[in-house]
Amino acid sequence: MEIPTIVGAGLIVIGAGLGIGKIGGSAMDAIARQPEASGKIQTAMLIAAALIEGIGFAALFAS
Amino acid sequence: MHGFFETDILSDMQKPFYVKFLLVATLLLGINAFAQEKGHSSGEEKGSLKAEIKEFIGHHLLDSHDFNLFTIDEEKNEHFGFPLPVIIWDDGLKVFLSSKFHHGKSVAEVDGNYYALYHGKIVKTDAEGTINYDEDHHATNVKPLDFSITKNVVFIFFVSVLMLFMFGRMAKSYKTNALPKGIGRLLEPIVLYIRDDIAIPNIGEKHYKKYMSYLLTVFFFIWIINLLGLTPLGVNVTNNIAVTFALAILTYLITTFTANKNYWKHIFWMPDVPVFMKIVLAPIELLGTFIKPFSLMIRLYANITAGHVVLMSILGMMFIFKNWIGSPLSFGLAFALALLELLVAALQAYIFTMLSALYFGSAVEEHHDH
Repeated sequence: MEIPTIVGAGLIVIGAGLGIGKIGGSAMDAIARQPEASGKIQTAMLIAAALIEGIGFAALFAS
Repeated sequence: MHGFFETDILSDMQKPFYVKFLLVATLLLGINAFAQEKGHSSGEEKGSLKAEIKEFIGHHLLDSHDFNLFTIDEEKNEHFGFPLPVIIWDDGLKVFLSSKFHHGKSVAEVDGNYYALYHGKIVKTDAEGTINYDEDHHATNVKPLDFSITKNVVFIFFVSVLMLFMFGRMAKSYKTNALPKGIGRLLEPIVLYIRDDIAIPNIGEKHYKKYMSYLLTVFFFIWIINLLGLTPLGVNVTNNIAVTFALAILTYLITTFTANKNYWKHIFWMPDVPVFMKIVLAPIELLGTFIKPFSLMIRLYANITAGHVVLMSILGMMFIFKNWIGSPLSFGLAFALALLELLVAALQAYIFTMLSALYFGSAVEEHHDH
């Protein structure tokens, strides 16, 4: 049986969403612990989220 | 506390009210323009309607040879807009206006050769405009080399001229006065932000200056052109993969040609690891240098494309529901999404600049003891 590619796209979105959610949650924790470092934490968070997003999009276009 | 908020809101509303009004009006007009373009199709049945919305979105994502603002009557082929010059190389340079195609409906005759538009691309045909297909339903007609000034090219030129004018005037104003004037008041904090929070921490005090011109240019180019994509003009330059490819290749070339010995050493002969690992790591690291700009290209392209597709699909909901709940729902979602897209426009420019700075930083990193 052939699995439609849309299922793959859904799996990709679930994975990327979980990953970015984890990054956001951890950044929130870190900012709550050290509010004075929030600028640096935000930058690192955005970079990590962008890298995951890039992989997610690459996989979406392949599917 | 209560009083503080009240006065704050009041003073906030009084002064820049016209600015807010303009912003809201632009957004509403944008949504209306999209809606109008589809308005004439609402009388048809559901299956073909869905196909039509799909076709409309696909058409919106493509580059075009004429600058079409909106369609007055599809059947009579009446459009509001203006033609753009077509420049093709087919046994000699041929220049003519895209109005000869009549929006893809007729064949253009130039010096005894016939050309037609096929899915937005120029193909060579005979006098009747027949398109020949192979087994996979691909057109087999000859495609001449196309150097046309298309809609995307027009807007790339427009943003270049705008930036040259804006930053030229800004630079001139600093010669007489240390304080920024006019548009400089808006742009100075952004320029300083890119220098102090993107360039210096990632590249380092010593080398950051030679990369500043590229980082500033790429940031403002991507930002302005993404914002233009949200206006009712219907431009979407950054969702053309060729544009993001060109931007990414610039980052790649600058990284490669300004890299120092330390950078190449870390790619081909990684220090402080066993010899076997050095051999294994070299191809992986070399591949990594290509994957970095590739991911830059895909990220910008995919983000903007996804944003446009979702926005247009939500607007298309209006014509699929065809009852009282569809329009407010579609309007509300589209409005919220348009606001999110404003953030994404700036965020993608920031990410592109940030990652470029990170790659430049790795290229000029000095050797330090591990």
